[in-house]
Amino acid sequence: MTDAGPADGPVPSVVVIVGASVGGVRTAQALRRESYQGRIVLVGAESDLPYDKPPLSKQYLGGQWTAERVALLTEDAAKDAEIELRLGVAAEHLDVAGKQVVLSDGERIDYDAVVLATGSYARPSPWPVESGVHVLRTIGDSKALADDLADEGPVVVVGGGFIGAEVAATAISLGREVTIVDPLEVPVGRVVGNEIGALFTDLHHRNGVSTHFGTGVESVEGSAGDLTVRLTDGQTLEAATVVVGIGARPNDEWLASSGLLVDDGVVCDEYCRAVDAASVFAVGDIARWMHLGHGERCRVEHWTNAVDQASCVAHNIAHPDDLRPYRPVEYVWSDQYDWKIQIVGRPARGTGHQLIGDLGRPADPDAATPRAVALYSDGAGQLIGAVIVNWPKALIASRKLLAAGTAFADAVAHLEGLAAAAPQPVRTDT
Amino acid sequence: MAVLKADFEACQGYANCVVAAPEVYDIDDDGTVVLLKQEISDEDRAKVDEAVSSCPTSALSIED
Ligand SMILES: Cc1cc2nc3c(=O)[nH]c(=O)nc-3n(C[C@H](O)[C@H](O)[C@H](O)COP(=O)(O)OP(=O)(O)OC[C@H]3O[C@@H](n4cnc5c(N)ncnc54)[C@H](O)[C@@H]3O)c2cc1C
Ligand code: SF4
Repeated sequence: MTDAGPADGPVPSVVVIVGASVGGVRTAQALRRESYQGRIVLVGAESDLPYDKPPLSKQYLGGQWTAERVALLTEDAAKDAEIELRLGVAAEHLDVAGKQVVLSDGERIDYDAVVLATGSYARPSPWPVESGVHVLRTIGDSKALADDLADEGPVVVVGGGFIGAEVAATAISLGREVTIVDPLEVPVGRVVGNEIGALFTDLHHRNGVSTHFGTGVESVEGSAGDLTVRLTDGQTLEAATVVVGIGARPNDEWLASSGLLVDDGVVCDEYCRAVDAASVFAVGDIARWMHLGHGERCRVEHWTNAVDQASCVAHNIAHPDDLRPYRPVEYVWSDQYDWKIQIVGRPARGTGHQLIGDLGRPADPDAATPRAVALYSDGAGQLIGAVIVNWPKALIASRKLLAAGTAFADAVAHLEGLAAAAPQPVRTDT
Repeated sequence: MAVLKADFEACQGYANCVVAAPEVYDIDDDGTVVLLKQEISDEDRAKVDEAVSSCPTSALSIED
């Protein structure tokens, strides 16, 4: 039996979705929105009901939001939408020729189309200690970290990317002393360039977080409450709790036995179908699909990508005669201290940028909350990305300008006009 | 006609809704969603459903 796929035949009558986080849940819901009438089975390795991840380093970690608030799908909602849940059991094997998902309890589920949504896992800490060192990916991770952050004592965060920065911001708001360590001189520079990235480093300092950037970690020793972090420059830091936020890896090992082409994610065509099996789709962190707008395969580890890709895949499953290529404008947000940061498009690919607005903290505490947008141009003078801080109107404008395809100079003129039309509001919250 | 609702406290100004359905949602200067319509027709329903599901804080809903 070969896998001809739904594109060559009728709408599939059973869709199995593997991975019950935002990518998987939103695919199931979007299938119903597309009036898909067949069976939907949603398989998830975790026994918790599906929950959302972004608050795990922000409001949930800080104790402002409850578990209820981060729920993605309740049992009732699943029942109403006729989504069959199989939680607490992992998929172990995908039988592509036989069109079956094999679960860890031995059950084999037949499918007409399968959606791979197994996301990613946190790169583990390379420093084995008995306790006190955390990674952050699941709700259990967030709970365990919150417990340790409730205790007195300094916190060392290894990794100055977004998750590390958010954990640092949350930890200092809880009254902990916080230090971030990263081997890169400007950790966020990888995403936004070194010049704008340096403003993110200043933000830590302004909020009382120390940084050791350009320095690696040699070793971590001890146990919870009494850890020693030795740095590559010979310094040592004492910590009660260490958080390791050094990136994520796609959960694709379970597909090794399937024969599918996997190369840092499931390799897909522009419709998000596996290149070698037309009944197999992928969404979210695990998908490496062909982005026609960029002319290359991309894999994106962001929330909005998982949701948008889920809509596209649901459409393509429900309408095999009207396949839509998936070509989004990238979008990610991060909340750090009093900055709401949004990144649109691909600033990292920019060759130049212009900052409109001001991101330094004014000496006068009554002055406005800083607000700014940095626009990035590619070599050909087109707008390629934007970084927005505390400026919702600039966010909307940037997303629209990027989606439409705009010359860099025109984009700058547009946003300068926006700045002039609505001067920075006076700070009222201090 | 379906009636649009928004939880203005929950909204964090991520603008996903504005990108998905600009004729229905906007954001004010403080970064809070603004409903440009109170009710939507059946033709707009699919698009607005998509906007509702794209909200990272589940601030939006539709009541029939
Ligand atoms: C702490 C944290 C903060 C974040 N903050 C932001 C943010 O502010 N903005 C933003 O845009 N993005 C953020 N992200 C990223 C965003 O949450 C992810 O991009 C998104 O969760 C990806 O969704 P997904 O469904 O593809 O995969 P995941 O959320 O990784 O889910 C995959 C699911 O599959 C399950 N699974 C894995 N293997 C198997 C198997 N073999 N069988 C069955 N089930 C399996 C897992 O248990 C998991 O539930 C954050 C992520 C984290 C961890
Ligand atoms: S998507 Fe949600 S959080 Fe974002 S602006 Fe709209 S309502 Fe607010």
